[in-house]
Amino acid sequence: MRSFLKRLLGHSSGRIGAFIVCLYLAIALAAWVGITPYDPLKQFRIDRLQGPSAAHWMGTDMFGRDVMSRLMIGIGQSFLVAFSSVGIAALVGTLLGLTAAWFGRLWDGVVMRLMDVLLAFPAILLALLFITVVGPGTFTSILAIAFVYTPIFTRVVRGPALSIRARDFVDAARTFGSSTSYILTRHLMLNLVAPLTVQVTLALAWSLLTESGLSFLGLGTQPPNSSLGLMLADSINLMEMAPWLLIFPGLTVMLGILGFNLLGDALRDLLDPRMRRAAA
Amino acid sequence: MTQLLSVQNLSVGFGRGDNIKPIIRDVSFTLDAGETLAIVGESGSGKSVTALSINRLIDYGGGRILDGRIDFAASNGRALDLATLQENQLERIRGSEIGMIFQEPMTSLNPVVTIGRQIEEVFRLQGKSGSEARTETLQALDRVRIADAARRLSYYPHQLSGGMLQRVMIAMALAASPRLLIADEPTTALDVSVQAQIMALLSELQRETGTGLIFITHDLGLVAGIADRVMVMQAGQVVEQGAADHILDHAQHPYTQHLLKAVPHFTNGNHVREDAPRLAPSAAKACLSVEGLTVRFPATAGLLRRSIGAIHAVESVDFDILPGETLAIVGESGSGKSTTARALLGLVNPTRGTFRADAQQATQSQKPMQMVFQNPYASLNPRLDVQSLLSEPVLAAGQRLTRDIQARMTSLLERVGLPSDSLTRYPHEFSGGQRQRLCIARALMLDPSILVLDEAVSALDVSVQARVLDLLIDLQKERNLAYLFVSHDMAVVERIAHRIAVLYGGQIVEIGEARSVLSNPQHAYTRKLIAAVPTIERRRERFELNTDAVPTLLRPAGYEPPPAEWSTLAQDHLVRIQPAANA
Repeated sequence: MRSFLKRLLGHSSGRIGAFIVCLYLAIALAAWVGITPYDPLKQFRIDRLQGPSAAHWMGTDMFGRDVMSRLMIGIGQSFLVAFSSVGIAALVGTLLGLTAAWFGRLWDGVVMRLMDVLLAFPAILLALLFITVVGPGTFTSILAIAFVYTPIFTRVVRGPALSIRARDFVDAARTFGSSTSYILTRHLMLNLVAPLTVQVTLALAWSLLTESGLSFLGLGTQPPNSSLGLMLADSINLMEMAPWLLIFPGLTVMLGILGFNLLGDALRDLLDPRMRRAAA
Repeated sequence: MTQLLSVQNLSVGFGRGDNIKPIIRDVSFTLDAGETLAIVGESGSGKSVTALSINRLIDYGGGRILDGRIDFAASNGRALDLATLQENQLERIRGSEIGMIFQEPMTSLNPVVTIGRQIEEVFRLQGKSGSEARTETLQALDRVRIADAARRLSYYPHQLSGGMLQRVMIAMALAASPRLLIADEPTTALDVSVQAQIMALLSELQRETGTGLIFITHDLGLVAGIADRVMVMQAGQVVEQGAADHILDHAQHPYTQHLLKAVPHFTNGNHVREDAPRLAPSAAKACLSVEGLTVRFPATAGLLRRSIGAIHAVESVDFDILPGETLAIVGESGSGKSTTARALLGLVNPTRGTFRADAQQATQSQKPMQMVFQNPYASLNPRLDVQSLLSEPVLAAGQRLTRDIQARMTSLLERVGLPSDSLTRYPHEFSGGQRQRLCIARALMLDPSILVLDEAVSALDVSVQARVLDLLIDLQKERNLAYLFVSHDMAVVERIAHRIAVLYGGQIVEIGEARSVLSNPQHAYTRKLIAAVPTIERRRERFELNTDAVPTLLRPAGYEPPPAEWSTLAQDHLVRIQPAANA
């Protein structure tokens, strides 16, 4: 484990990615426990639409609220949605993919065709459809994003699971009479940790983007709560007058996605044995 | 004879920058035109690296020639030092002057291109026109004795057997009539009988064309049949080289002597084990008896998966094994020997037939039968440590991990000869032989009465193989274990088996006491199998070329084979009577 961390930090994009992700995580944690420069909802009426200054590092918005505090809360909110949705998607997707690969036949057919149908829709459209049916809100956007990314995890798990299932050590386990749950958890899951880790990291980047998109359209986080997409949506009409309202949330989204993508690429390099051999 | 190749003080290393690790050191040898040099050694001895250095394919594997000369007499009379040649000049040497055959014919051919096109490509590279290339391709396939060559041209690699593909590879390698042919373990992935065919072909083609041949192998038995000279390598260095007869009969170096001793010598049943429990006056009751075991797989064809019958993989197999006895099942791939083993362990469902496995009275284990697989690299989960691996059968049997079980693990590890700190280590920290010992220890965790060994020593180096065989024999005596030993290697079988069953096309064609079967084989197939075994005693033997196709096991739905008729040869030796039409 320690040597793995060392190798990750030795990988150039892994180092940058890990740094960005850790920074964001720290900010999100601070926002959750309430450590922000100002109350994000407090309106400084006199200081409306102020540019960056010593008092308000990232300026204030049209209600005189501190942008930096709102940004921190926004990151916390985006992370909450991203992590919960990817967590749900990974859990459900793994379960479906694993059972589809193991039991095969009809179950495999039903699950995979269903996933094919879901994959055929553009992600945002599918999430929109889901939200239209259920109604907007934080919880709904978590479910919507989880719904969209479940098929990806199902596929990522099913492929390797099929090939591991055919390995001799699984046959050996069957000759001992090991239970199905033991084989699934000890033999299949343990060997799936590597591809799953990579997929989770990359999916976090996408879901961060999807969450921002949904909030931007007014279908995710609802005001007066703060989220990155919502801040971007509020800023477009004031773009020429107060560009900092657009620039800081925009940069935050971009940098966050970059961080997760760099980390995901680095993990893929380090965990994929084929890559490792090429590097050696 | 003229000298074709001379290698002097060759050293090759792997690694980058200052961190270069030499893999072979100070290798020198020569090869004349039309001569065969066999390079022999175990895995990691540097024999493949030596060969790949000659055509400089080693550059693509990350290796570098550190020192030495490789002088090669090219066809136009020029002498070239291959060690210093530039890549663009090497491209002209490879293929046209130096051909190569690899170990795995299945992976050396492009699966989406017909074999005809792949061979044609070689001729086109020589500047031949389309129709010329086609006729030459046809001749090339004829030359490697592929029957019905014209039709085979349009086949894709997956439509041909391993032996056929290796012939195609040879045809390709010889297409440019190279002056030197390097064969890197060309028969290791093939069955014995197919191996004999390929060896015959190679030596015959070499006589015809006068090509120099470098033959890399780990099998000293094969060397005796083909080589003029032998070079033995160990840990990157040449320990001994000389004329084949001299090396085989008067080996000087201890490592060569060790290799010669480790190679199982096949002696036509003169050295079978003497401790057969069946011959003892107080023979015990059988602990495994199999009756009419039949495994059929449904065969389908076409888009709609129309049933076209069934593949009769195993057909009415009967045998029994006594405690402390080894029954070897021999046959070539596709004969149903592995399917038989897998059916007994419940990995495939038998279509018909019964078997009964009894636990030893002393232990009453619920799982009296355990299996050891062929590939020790695939049969251990790489993500589990040894403790978890060994505890799996115990947990599967519903027992808890008590201190007794822990003690049992430690004592078993010690018994199979693994270091005492193994428990917390992972499979990748062990060598192939050690992993196979680990698999044996794991199979013994539940105190079985029967061990099914499916090609359990086939993937190991000869000297490791010999030690694992010794371990198996000791364990058998100690614990009165019954072994079902599935193997294609007659020499190994001769060392461990008390009885032998020969499987052909899913059916037992001959079964009986090992000595009787090996020294007096009656069935035509058994004779063929035994004739194909390479041994040190058979020098420069001309293996007979045989282009018979393997019979198909696909039968129409509802087909039932006629009941077997047996003739009794000795007290314990049965032979299936062959239908007159096939004889």
